[in-house]
Amino acid sequence: MVGEVLTQTHFVDLGIIQILYLIFVGFVGGLVSGFIGSGGAFVLTPSMMSVGVPGLVAVASNMCHKFPKALVGAIKRAKFGQVDVRLGLIMGASAEAGVMVGAHIQEYIKRMWGDAGSSLYVSLAFVVVLSIVGTYVLLDAFKSKNLSEEIADKPDNKIIRFIHSLRIPGTMVYFPSIGKEISILVTIPLGFATGMLAATIAVGGFIGVPSMMYILGAPALKASATELVIAFVMGAGGSFKYAWSGFVDIRLAMFILLGSLFGVQLGAIGTTYVKDYMIKIVMGTIMLIVLASRGLMIPVYLHQLNVWVHLTPEMIKWLKGLSFAVNFTALLVGCFIVLGALIKGIKEERAYLRKEALRIAEEKALERF
Amino acid sequence: MERVLVKKRPYKKFFVFGILSTTLYYLLITHQELVKELCSKGKWYALFPIITAFVFSYVHGNFTDAFWSVLGIEPKKKRKEVK
Repeated sequence: MVGEVLTQTHFVDLGIIQILYLIFVGFVGGLVSGFIGSGGAFVLTPSMMSVGVPGLVAVASNMCHKFPKALVGAIKRAKFGQVDVRLGLIMGASAEAGVMVGAHIQEYIKRMWGDAGSSLYVSLAFVVVLSIVGTYVLLDAFKSKNLSEEIADKPDNKIIRFIHSLRIPGTMVYFPSIGKEISILVTIPLGFATGMLAATIAVGGFIGVPSMMYILGAPALKASATELVIAFVMGAGGSFKYAWSGFVDIRLAMFILLGSLFGVQLGAIGTTYVKDYMIKIVMGTIMLIVLASRGLMIPVYLHQLNVWVHLTPEMIKWLKGLSFAVNFTALLVGCFIVLGALIKGIKEERAYLRKEALRIAEEKALERF
Repeated sequence: MERVLVKKRPYKKFFVFGILSTTLYYLLITHQELVKELCSKGKWYALFPIITAFVFSYVHGNFTDAFWSVLGIEPKKKRKEVK
């Protein structure tokens, strides 16, 4: 009995309030995820952590809810011709290696410094990655706002031109999404980094998608679709690895999934009503708010580990409350922007269809005369 | 007059997968202790969360897909620019 309790201490008890919260968080995370093409877990992992789930269990459970969803999404988008299977599998295989290394690091940190150490590591990774990617995405959004869609969709910079000109015999592979031969010596480290990040914060797409776009030169739509193949390959392997060690709390994953699948479908519908830069603005804004939320928790984890910071119980309570509130704000902001765009778009579409119906009816009436 | 094209709504899919999905979640909520135990065992028990994730994704994915269609919320149709 004691052994049983001990093995389950990293799984929190879920009451009805926590379950409803997870479903709500899942819905908003899914909505944002469906809207911006990837990610979503950057909202979900911290949200799980804010109901008391240790960092490692949050990452492991999140990964397990994501990979079957990625498979469904990849098959759907492959039918539209958006998936570069070759690029996805090659990047996916190296990402798998990254996941294994990343997962080992996570498990080592948990063994050495416990739940507080694991949560600190995940939060620090969030702060570093979100500040870099969030700022870049926002800047890119404002830049592409003034460009036509066709130009904005074809990334071009010095790095892309250099990578395209690089010839290393025996390693060149033709990738249909890019339309050029690229050395796999370039794609392997990119895939590895994607996997490392996925095992650390459960969102590998923050490296995968931008690197395919801004380093390999793949169009945004194809990069985000191919990312689903990578997410599936590394997600399946990573989840199995974490589940093998008993870190996947499938209840958390499935309650998140309950809300998330409603959100993903609605978010994906929402993208058809807005311009490309709007998606990037939403992504960047939410990333920076979540970053603030995680940043606020770092002193708390440092205090728990007895390193550098010593806080009073009131300060800990205050910081936890504030972090939770900021995270909640990120969810609401995302939710309002996406739903707002969707409602506005649907209204305009219906008005257009009504006008069209009237025009056709008038034309038919005229033909009769 | 409201819509130019009236698409058939997937009521059957909505009800079948809706009932299946509700049953799965009912079982999950009422058997939490067993689920926690199976998940924490590790080793070959790892197949339990993996298979569960696949089954839930398939059933609930089909349900949510039909859900929005039944409500009439559909993606914007691409129109060719007429000059």
